[in-house]
Amino acid sequence: MSPQTYESTLFLALRRMRAPLITLILIFAISVVGLTLVPGVDGEGHPTRMDFFHAFYFISYTATTIGFGEIPYAFSESQRLWVIFCIYLSVIGWAYSIGALLALLQDQNFRSAVRLQRFQQAIRHLREPFYLVCGYGETGQLICRSLDQIGLRAVVLEIEDNKASQLDLHGHSVDIPQLAADARQPEILKLAGLTHPYCQGVIALTNDDSANLAIAITARLLAPKLPALCRAEAVEIANNMASFGTRHIINPFDKFGRYLALALHAPAAYHLLEWLTGVPGAVVKPHRDPPRGRWVLCGYGHFGKVMVSMLEQEGLPMTIIDHAPPAESGERWIQGDGASAAALLKANIQDAAGVVACTHDDINNLAIVVTARELNPKLFVVLRQNLQANQALFDAFESDFTVVPSQIVARECLAILTTPLLAPFLDEIKQRGEVWASTLLDQLTERFGWEAPAVWSACVNATQAPALLRQLSCDGLRIPLGDLLLDPQDRSHELECRVLYLVRADDSTVMLPHRHTPVQAGDRLLLAGNSAARGALELTLHNENTLDYVLSGREIPGGWIWEQLAKRHGWWRRAGGDFIAADVKANSDRTR
Amino acid sequence: MNLEKVIFGFFIVLAATLNFGFFIGDLDNPIHHDVYELFAAIVVNLIATVLKFGDRTHIGAIHLSTSLVADLQLITAALVWGYSVHVAGVGMTPEITTKVVSLSGGALFANVVSVVILIAETIMQRR
Repeated sequence: MSPQTYESTLFLALRRMRAPLITLILIFAISVVGLTLVPGVDGEGHPTRMDFFHAFYFISYTATTIGFGEIPYAFSESQRLWVIFCIYLSVIGWAYSIGALLALLQDQNFRSAVRLQRFQQAIRHLREPFYLVCGYGETGQLICRSLDQIGLRAVVLEIEDNKASQLDLHGHSVDIPQLAADARQPEILKLAGLTHPYCQGVIALTNDDSANLAIAITARLLAPKLPALCRAEAVEIANNMASFGTRHIINPFDKFGRYLALALHAPAAYHLLEWLTGVPGAVVKPHRDPPRGRWVLCGYGHFGKVMVSMLEQEGLPMTIIDHAPPAESGERWIQGDGASAAALLKANIQDAAGVVACTHDDINNLAIVVTARELNPKLFVVLRQNLQANQALFDAFESDFTVVPSQIVARECLAILTTPLLAPFLDEIKQRGEVWASTLLDQLTERFGWEAPAVWSACVNATQAPALLRQLSCDGLRIPLGDLLLDPQDRSHELECRVLYLVRADDSTVMLPHRHTPVQAGDRLLLAGNSAARGALELTLHNENTLDYVLSGREIPGGWIWEQLAKRHGWWRRAGGDFIAADVKANSDRTR
Repeated sequence: MNLEKVIFGFFIVLAATLNFGFFIGDLDNPIHHDVYELFAAIVVNLIATVLKFGDRTHIGAIHLSTSLVADLQLITAALVWGYSVHVAGVGMTPEITTKVVSLSGGALFANVVSVVILIAETIMQRR
């Protein structure tokens, strides 16, 4: 769709309806004039002619097939002759105009113009923060669903018509405006709200790296302050994006490569990381750690390259099977098809420690690992899954690691968007060493179980913690962190959550802050726990009465009148206020 | 020469001339104002309006608005006529005739503006 079609669809419709409308006007005019000219007779048999008023009335109801009969007098034969002509004329006129109108409504150009205009309107009327998601493939769908669940709005651009229209079938809680258009065009991105004041970020997830690059450049130039999250599978494209300052480049293979490297040299840190970044509610199974032996790698594409460099860094030997090994291939290269037993045997699969199937064909990958497991049942298997649709097959085969790029990208995007503190915390984990990580993992899993927890950020500012901010500013109290995390239902219990990381307003950080650590204005917290605790903490941070109860155990009367009464404590006590006091208590119970 | 331009100009000028033909004569004398001429003026004006649909230029917009004004005035004139003769039953008295004719006079002015725009547009083209 070119930018020229943004004009109002009204003009298009009017221009197309010109001929049918003129036809209708002419038919009406001819019929009416004819009827006033044809001689008729009145009630007493005198010759008369119909006037314009009655002629127009008669033709109007005849042409619209309502048909009230012959008025004001019964028609003469010559009038009837003329009316026969008029009836057929008007039928032809309507058939032609309605046909033209329907043809216009069916017209592809017209419909896309209407769709575009609706989309434009929907964007213009957005008054909530939203994210611009480019590409509604598997990753895009995952992201949109998750954004919808956490109550954030999204706008979707997708180049394929049928994928874009799937969006309406997916049943999100709010409407997600979508447009089937090419996001590489800056005009389209602007139209979709790139420069909209409420746009919070651009997420480029198309399966075409160069399109993602184009989106990144457009976002950088047209909306330099917006964070852009871009998927890139090729290293060159990722470097290109980085060169002009794209803040978040997500390479699913690189990400997985790092995970696997971490799993190889620091299993506890890896488990902790997996537990923290898992989809909330999913059980993270502690699986066997990848062995340090010789690896066999099938397929040397983007993913293969990342895996090779990762294994090289870890100092592990490997054998690579590919259809077309490079010209200066050494002895670790084998030409052939990884799915054939011959090639695998040639690669000495029997005494290999692990196998990585990383071609871009799911069935091929499955064939490789099934054959490899038959030859060597103890193999550690890393399997790449390209399409979500093949989930059932991959579930049936129990691999040690299944790499699903779309899930990795979606998880990473959501972590960046919703819990920006998680990334620095995870970096910290990697540096603290194995013993520290395994102690923390034991503590956390003992308390919360192996189910992946809800991980969220809270910020002591006016929007996220108005009540706490007021307390901090007016009383100058020292509020220990542990007190905040008491249950607002019953403060003798603690909430099922833990603060993992604290960033002060001056960017100094505290790892795993102690419960006596004081809270200050501008603090940002990273918490992990169950989602009920999240809701309860939110209440504490927003509601002053709840906060006061949590901190002091006092029940504050709710409502202005009760507050005023409470201030005049002495007054109502003297005025027989025990009655009112009971009422105040009841009222505050109700408000809680 | 462009056939579309011929038809366009024809209807605009015809709308103005028919309107003028109806308007000319004593203001309050119904004999000077023929009902068929009013009807023809309305029909031709409506066609001229539809012909102006869909032009996105500024001049096209002004063209369309003058036509809409003329339509409005002429249809109102016809309504006044029909109401007084058939509903109120007073017939074409001098007062009613004056009302009808002066309404059509307003439409005539809008039509003249339309013709002026047409001429201005033609001169701008210089071809």
